[in-house]
Amino acid sequence: MDPGRRKPRLAVWKFASCDGCQLSLLECEPDLLALAAALDVAFFPEVSDRPIRGRYELSLVEGSISTPEDAERIRAVRRRSRHLVTLGACATAGGIQALRNFAAIREFTAAVYAQPAYIGTLGTSTPIATHVAVDFELRGCPVNPRQLQEVLSALLAGRPPVVPRHSLCSECKSLGHTCVLVAGGQACLGPVTQAGCGAICPAYRRGCYGCFGPQQSANPVSLSGTLTALGLNRQDLLRLYRTFNAAAPVFRAESERHAQ
Amino acid sequence: MSSQMNSAHVIDVTGFNHLLGWLGERGYRIVGPTVRDGAIAYDDLAGAGDLPRGWTDEQAPGHYRLRRRNDTALFGYAVGAHSYKRFFHPPWEALWHARREPETLQAQDEPSSTQRLALIGVRACEIRAIAIQDRVLLERDPQYRARRAEVFIVAVNCTTPSGTCFCASMQAGPQVSTGFDVVLTELCSADPPVFVVRVATAAGREALTAITHRAATETEMAVAESALRYAAEHMGRQMPGADLAPLLRRNLEHPRWNAVAERCLACGNCTAVCPTCFCTTVEDTSDLSGRALSRSRRWDSCFTAEFSYVHGGSVRPSTRARYRQWMTHKLATWPEQFGTSGCVGCGRCITWCPVGIDITEELAALGADSAA
Repeated sequence: MDPGRRKPRLAVWKFASCDGCQLSLLECEPDLLALAAALDVAFFPEVSDRPIRGRYELSLVEGSISTPEDAERIRAVRRRSRHLVTLGACATAGGIQALRNFAAIREFTAAVYAQPAYIGTLGTSTPIATHVAVDFELRGCPVNPRQLQEVLSALLAGRPPVVPRHSLCSECKSLGHTCVLVAGGQACLGPVTQAGCGAICPAYRRGCYGCFGPQQSANPVSLSGTLTALGLNRQDLLRLYRTFNAAAPVFRAESERHAQ
Repeated sequence: MSSQMNSAHVIDVTGFNHLLGWLGERGYRIVGPTVRDGAIAYDDLAGAGDLPRGWTDEQAPGHYRLRRRNDTALFGYAVGAHSYKRFFHPPWEALWHARREPETLQAQDEPSSTQRLALIGVRACEIRAIAIQDRVLLERDPQYRARRAEVFIVAVNCTTPSGTCFCASMQAGPQVSTGFDVVLTELCSADPPVFVVRVATAAGREALTAITHRAATETEMAVAESALRYAAEHMGRQMPGADLAPLLRRNLEHPRWNAVAERCLACGNCTAVCPTCFCTTVEDTSDLSGRALSRSRRWDSCFTAEFSYVHGGSVRPSTRARYRQWMTHKLATWPEQFGTSGCVGCGRCITWCPVGIDITEELAALGADSAA
C-alpha cells in the first residue's frame, strides 16, 4: 500500500451480518492508537458518525449478500476501494444465513412475516467474492483480532499476511491440548477446519464447530466415517456441517451427502 | 538387564520423591507424566503426587482412553499423548526481532535457553527419538543445542506397552539401554511399587547417593527382567521386515497410496505427535507501524500444501503424494540422510490419527501386494 503523503484511508462496510467481525477491530485495544496512527479510519459507522466520502485504500467488508440492494452496493464499494478484504464467515462463505440456500426463501418469509410481500430479499446468501473481486478473505466466526491485525500490518508493509490455511489440529496440537475426538470420542470438525481461532473449543474440551471454514486440504468424507463410528447419524452430520460455513463449497457438498 | 549398567539398587516411592527433590534443589525444571484433560501429558511436576498414580492408557488406532489400574503404579501406562519433543524443539519460537528507525535497522537474536531440564519417566522409544532429533538438529540449531545442554534423564523401562506400540520391532525398546542418567524399572508386584534403579552417569550416581536406597535382591532383578520380557512380547503392533527402504522404493506407484489418501485427513496430527518429526517453517511479521519486525519459527507438516510450495505451486498437491512423502521419509530416506530410521515405534501416529491410519498396516499392505 502506498500511503503517499497522507495516511491510507480505511473503510469498514457491513452487509448481512451480526457486526461481530468489525467489532474485532475494536478488540485490538492495546493497538488501537497504533491503528489510528497507521490508517485514517475514514468510514466506520460503529466508531464514528462522521463518514468521509470518496475513495479508500482499504475496505474491510463484513457480511454476505442477501438482498438486491446489497448486490448493487458491494459493486459501489469495490469501485471506491483499492484493496478489498472480507472479514468472517458471512463475507467469505455466506454465513449462517446461507442456510436459506438449502430451502425455499418464500417458505421462510411466509413463516416469519405477516406481510411477506414487503420483504425484498434474495433466494440465497452469498459471499462477497461471488459478486466482486476480493484481495484477501479472512476467515472466522468471528475473525481473530490478532489475525486481523496481521492482515492490516501486512497490507501496510506490502507483504503477504501470515495466515496459515492448514488444519485446526496443527494449532491444537501445538498448544498441547488433548484431542477431544481421539481421547474423548467427541464430534470435532478440527481435522477439516482451517486454523486461526487458537483452538478455543478443544481448550475447553469441546469439539470444533468449524467456524473458520474448510482447511485447504479438507477430507470431510473420511472424517464423517469416523464420526459415524462414534455414533453420529445422518441428521447429526448434516447439522454439524451446516452452521456458520454451511455454504462453503466443501462443507456444503458434505452436508448434502447426508441430506435426506 | 544389559551388562553395561552397574549394580542394581532399589528405591521406594519416598526415595523417588527425594530424587525429584534433589533435582529441584539443583535448579532443574522437572517435567514428567501427569493426568491432564483425559490423557497422560508431559508437564511440570511439583512432586511424585503429580504422577499418574494408578492410571493406565488404552490405545488403539484413532482411540485413546485413560483407565484405572488395580494398583498404585506411577508409570503403569505406555506413552503420553505428546512426546518430549516440545521441550527441546518447541511448536513455536521467536528467532529474532528488529527495530526499524528512519536511519537504522537493529536486529537482535532471541536469547537461548539456560534452563536445566529434568525429564522423568522417559521411555526407551522417547530416548531413541531424542537421539534421532539430536542427530538432525544438534549441529544445525543453536536454540535446540542450548535446550539440550543441561538435561537429566530419569528413564523408566516400559512394562505396559499399548495396543499401538511397536518399539520392539524397531529395536528401540522396551528396555532402555543408553541415553539416560538413571533408569528405573517399576515393580508393581509390590503395592505401593518399588523401583529397581541403575545409574549410567556421574550425575546419576550422585543422585542415587543422595537418596535412600538398598541393593536389589536376586528376586527383584528377576521380576524386573521378566516384566521387560513380557512387555517385548506384548507389543500391540509390529513393523514388518527389517530393511524397508527397498520395499518402499519398489512401490512408489502402488495403488495402496490411493486407498490411504482417501482416508487421510491431511490434518498433520501424525507429524505433530511424532517424536522425531522436526520440520519447521519460518514466518516474518511486522507490526502496524512497520517499525517492529520479527522472525519466528513454528512446526510445519509435510501434510500441508505450503510445505512443498515453490514458485508456481506445491510440489505435492495431493494427499496421496504427501502421505507417501511422510512414510517414505520416515522409513526409507531418513536412514540415508541421518543413518537411522525416523520411526521409533511409539505408536502415537496410529493412536492420534482421527481416522486411525496405521503405519504398520500400510507398510504390510505394500509388502503383501508387492510379494504376490
